[in-house]
Amino acid sequence: MTAQELTKIAKEIRKDIIRMINKAGSGHPAGSLGVAEILVALYYAILNHDPKEPDWYERDRFILSNGHVCPAHYAVLSSAGYFDRKELLTLRKLGSKLQGHPLRGNLLGIETTSGPLGEGLGQAVGMALASRMDGKHFRIYCLTSDGEHDCGSHWEAVLLAAKYKLANLTLFVDRNNIQIDGKTENVLPLDSLFDKYMAFNWNVKEVDGHDIVAIVNAVKEAKGVYDKPTVIICKTTPGKGVSFMEDRFEWHGKAPNDEEARLALEELK
Amino acid sequence: MIPKEQKLTKKVFQKGIDMKSTRDAVGEALIEAARTNDRVVVLTADLKESTRVKGFSEEYPERFIEVGVAEQTLASVASGMANYGKIPFITSFAIFSPGRNWEQIRTTIALNDVPVKIIGAHAGFSAGLDGGNHQCLEDLAIMRAMPNMIVVAPADFEETKKAVLEAVKNRKPTYIRVQREVQPIFTSAKSPFKIGRAEVVWEDKNPQVAIIACGAQVYESLLAAKDLEKKGIECLVINCHTIKPIDERVIIRSAKTTGAVVTVEEHQQNGGLGSAVSEVLAKNFPVPIEMVAVKDSFGESGKYEELIKKHGLRKENIIEAVKEVLKRKNI
Repeated sequence: MTAQELTKIAKEIRKDIIRMINKAGSGHPAGSLGVAEILVALYYAILNHDPKEPDWYERDRFILSNGHVCPAHYAVLSSAGYFDRKELLTLRKLGSKLQGHPLRGNLLGIETTSGPLGEGLGQAVGMALASRMDGKHFRIYCLTSDGEHDCGSHWEAVLLAAKYKLANLTLFVDRNNIQIDGKTENVLPLDSLFDKYMAFNWNVKEVDGHDIVAIVNAVKEAKGVYDKPTVIICKTTPGKGVSFMEDRFEWHGKAPNDEEARLALEELK
Repeated sequence: MIPKEQKLTKKVFQKGIDMKSTRDAVGEALIEAARTNDRVVVLTADLKESTRVKGFSEEYPERFIEVGVAEQTLASVASGMANYGKIPFITSFAIFSPGRNWEQIRTTIALNDVPVKIIGAHAGFSAGLDGGNHQCLEDLAIMRAMPNMIVVAPADFEETKKAVLEAVKNRKPTYIRVQREVQPIFTSAKSPFKIGRAEVVWEDKNPQVAIIACGAQVYESLLAAKDLEKKGIECLVINCHTIKPIDERVIIRSAKTTGAVVTVEEHQQNGGLGSAVSEVLAKNFPVPIEMVAVKDSFGESGKYEELIKKHGLRKENIIEAVKEVLKRKNI
């Protein structure tokens, strides 16, 4: 697929996110809108996977650590062919497979239960360690938010991945600079994430998180590194594509009402 | 008297009874399990010697992960390994795992329903000299509150080995509580053991009271039963090693037979074995219950035996509780 086609898919994903969260009446639009390109790049150009055979043992694994952006993940999974699009509008409803945060065993394509922050990278490290023990060559990808870098548990896993030189592990950071209580640099300063990961002995890349080609190229480069895990810091705009949501932390965890959803969908046309 | 089918050691009431710690059983059983099951892996949080998995780390270095003092990641990394297909055992002190990493265990192991085995070492008062900060008297309560989790407090060395080997195969998140001190090995390799099934290890002809215990307190309860027998008080002693799922059938039957229950555990009274037994009986067959347990207080530095005495978890305290419950029964 061309970059143009992938960008178009990302736009469709954004529309789905708005529809899903509006219908659910709760959820996290800003982060979800911001990671659309990262997830489209993963499922359409990076992951070695087969939606027709989700349990294929040799598949690459993707762990969503910041589980609250799962509307974006659900929309991409459905778009890639894991399940029927009709399911999307059941998000957060009683009995839905689309739980407010991802639950393993519920929905095809969801590798693990996640959402409480700071726990996804540890799980990804476990998968990378276990598969390497067995001489497997598939790769493990994990997406985290920047806010969850407040969690000590995340840094425990960062240390461990470097210790074991997990070159089969690639971490994406959605660097959108917001979290629930405000701007990350006001809540608990994280800069420079780049320098921090360098100091932790990771291979570090920084890209425009809305540039699918740049994301795919960074992953290609990561595959050439054999003695370190790679982190790709993706600079993104929270709420991307919807002017009144962009860069506003107030939209971290607030659902658009019907009128706001209509305006958002209008902008995303 | 001891039912024959329990196949307890002949030395059960002798001075020369063999002594070993339950933590030693973990180390031995894991090496045994690893020989026949290549999915078994071990992770520790800077406590390989204290949790007795150093031997495993030397025999199977490629299946051993040292995470450092990082209990939260200990749990989530094990979750990832189990999700992939391994059977990870994570070892630390109970105060840190499941103490510090309870939420990681809940989300990434229990809710995720992956077969990670959590070994909580130095539980109860067995971190004696280290003081109250290290003495975990709350683990049974926090772990049994968790859906999908199996909770086991084995009574001795032999039983701990069986618990570990069964946990390898049970495909469920499982917590096994072990201790530092050497304890009498009163069961044998041939004694019956199944996670979830309580064993009647002492049964008089006309028992007036059922003593239901777990962990090291099962042996204390046997000693109490023997003394009580001499005083003409007939008992049942139940080894309730599995706190969750608890063996309702055996507990209800023992309450129906005796009409009075004493529970014994090296754990806070709030939320442990006594609470679990009370829940079963309150719903099904209410009888007077006395609880021999720690009464809402922390430990402190001291020798294990001194702490057990101070907090009233010895044979004498069990006998006292039996007398108390019998008074209430006869009202």
